[in-house]
Amino acid sequence: MNNNSIKTVGIMAQFSNPGELMKAAEKLRDSGYSKFDCHSPFPIHGMDKAMGLSSSSLGWVVGLAAIIGTTGALGLQWWTSTIDYPLVISGKPLFSFQAYVPITFAVGVLLSGVAALIGMLALNGLPRWNHPVFNSDKFEKVTDDAFFISIEAEDPKFHTDETIQFFESIGGTNCELLQENQ
Amino acid sequence: MNKPAENIAVSSEDVPLITGGQTFSSITEKIVGIIEQKTPKTWYLAIGASLSLLMVLMGSVGFLVWEGTGIWGLNNPVGWGWAIINFVWWVGIGHAGTLISAILFLLRQKWRTSINRFAEAMTLFAVSCALIFPGIHVGRIWIAYYMFPIPNQMDIWPNFRSPLLWDVFAVGTYFAVSFLFWYTGLIPDLGTLRDRAQTRIKKIIFGILAIGWRGGNRQWRHYERAYLILAGISTPLVLSVHSVVSTDFAVSILPGWHTTIFPPYFVAGAIFSGFAMVMTLSIIARKIFNLDHLITLNHLEKINKIMLLTGMMVGYAYSIEFFIAWYSGNIYEQFVFINRAFGNYAWAYWIMISCNVVVPQLFWFKKLRRSIPIMFIASILINIGMWFERFVIVVTSLSRDFLPANWDYFSPTMWDILTFVGSFGLFFTLFLLFIRVLPMISMTEVKGVLPEADPHHSTGESHE
Repeated sequence: MNNNSIKTVGIMAQFSNPGELMKAAEKLRDSGYSKFDCHSPFPIHGMDKAMGLSSSSLGWVVGLAAIIGTTGALGLQWWTSTIDYPLVISGKPLFSFQAYVPITFAVGVLLSGVAALIGMLALNGLPRWNHPVFNSDKFEKVTDDAFFISIEAEDPKFHTDETIQFFESIGGTNCELLQENQ
Repeated sequence: MNKPAENIAVSSEDVPLITGGQTFSSITEKIVGIIEQKTPKTWYLAIGASLSLLMVLMGSVGFLVWEGTGIWGLNNPVGWGWAIINFVWWVGIGHAGTLISAILFLLRQKWRTSINRFAEAMTLFAVSCALIFPGIHVGRIWIAYYMFPIPNQMDIWPNFRSPLLWDVFAVGTYFAVSFLFWYTGLIPDLGTLRDRAQTRIKKIIFGILAIGWRGGNRQWRHYERAYLILAGISTPLVLSVHSVVSTDFAVSILPGWHTTIFPPYFVAGAIFSGFAMVMTLSIIARKIFNLDHLITLNHLEKINKIMLLTGMMVGYAYSIEFFIAWYSGNIYEQFVFINRAFGNYAWAYWIMISCNVVVPQLFWFKKLRRSIPIMFIASILINIGMWFERFVIVVTSLSRDFLPANWDYFSPTMWDILTFVGSFGLFFTLFLLFIRVLPMISMTEVKGVLPEADPHHSTGESHE
């Protein structure tokens, strides 16, 4: 190992169950840590509050996509049937909006759905296949039955020894440094 | 490790959702175990049979493309035959998956977690089968792109006022959004597969598909919102897709088709047949893979209750159609319905009534509702009945239209039958591949409904 190029980017500790994880998150929040994350195999209700996170802003992304989808679809139907190639069908007005509702709705839903997935990934910084937490061997249990908290070294309160001590005082086990080759 | 509870009651009704003292890790082992174990011999037999049927489909479609729609049994009044019947039937089956994943999610029905993953997969595969039929029924499939608003050399556009074009958008959107929903639900479970992968090739494939999922709450926060939004937009979609499909008929002026009851009637029928297919598949899956603790009798009983409800809605629609035919005073409408029940397609009509209206009445009785053989047979009969419902609607109205001089009897040819039978090959091939390579039950969601998943559950207890 080439020690010069290894940098500590965070600390991770394991907790035994969702309740412990949530209590630890509350203590980290109360003692001023801000750049930490609680890893669990399933979403835990109340964790956003325990970590001091605001609610997700994904709704705005999807709302915008829905507006673009519906206006785009309605606009296409209006433009093709009244401007680009006006054609009287069954004696109906050129812009008979009732008949354009189903497609307007479908395209709105389609774009919202795409925006929900892509927006969720973008807000989560995904896809990101490489992350320091994956360097830990124990971490692969996080998708099975293990619970972890990781604190990033960028957190203003981060200090290698003190943070480890703090983790141990709130019930964390298996504390380990997360390191990355620079 | 969390302490396994003997009898886990999570729903408000004191009936345990998941039985057999499961822990987080036992759920992972059980569900991933299905795909990590050596491929069972029965799977090879099943995929062999499915692939054979798939070749039947490819052969019949190939001959159709070569020869044209003349190979089907279509005749002068009956210009829509099995292709549209099969399309409507397969799309209908798809509806249960979206209903389970979207509507039951919004209604906080936690029992959905054991069945939502494969019901969603079933939706995707059923809609894939459905999409074949409108694709090939145009005959000259190399100009199927006319269905999309693509600028072309003729400078013309599709007719946006046509329900057939609404279908293209509604069903296309339905497939796409169902796929997004299914994949979003799969991401955390793909993470599990990535972390358990032993071979390099599996590590790479599942690693790419899991897209770097770390299970952090900062991710769960957006993930759960995305799931909620997808459920929210899929809910009107479930109701709209089959409504749009029904307008293919309802917007025409043919007696027996031109009715306002069609959209709700079609949606109820779609959910009815979809749940029947979920039932058929889940009984087989729980038997083969020993999933009795995850898909319990209580789950199956709830599906039966939904089938009873939607079956009654369908039965109500059948009777209201007759009432309106009489009440309208329209002699053409009256003739069509008398002809349905007592004319030359009466056999099909009474198959439909027996399977769709009489059979679900069994589920009034708790004993029958909880009997696996009864529900298995009933679910198959219901899907036969639902196929005949579409047959009755399409063929009886067309074969006896306004002018008696046009009347003719429709009989399918070998190619109609082979194409339909072949579509099961596509469905089961996709389904068997799915249960072999992906977790057929959502581990994340099932873990989430265990009482240990509640942060207030574990705090008071000692843990090992």
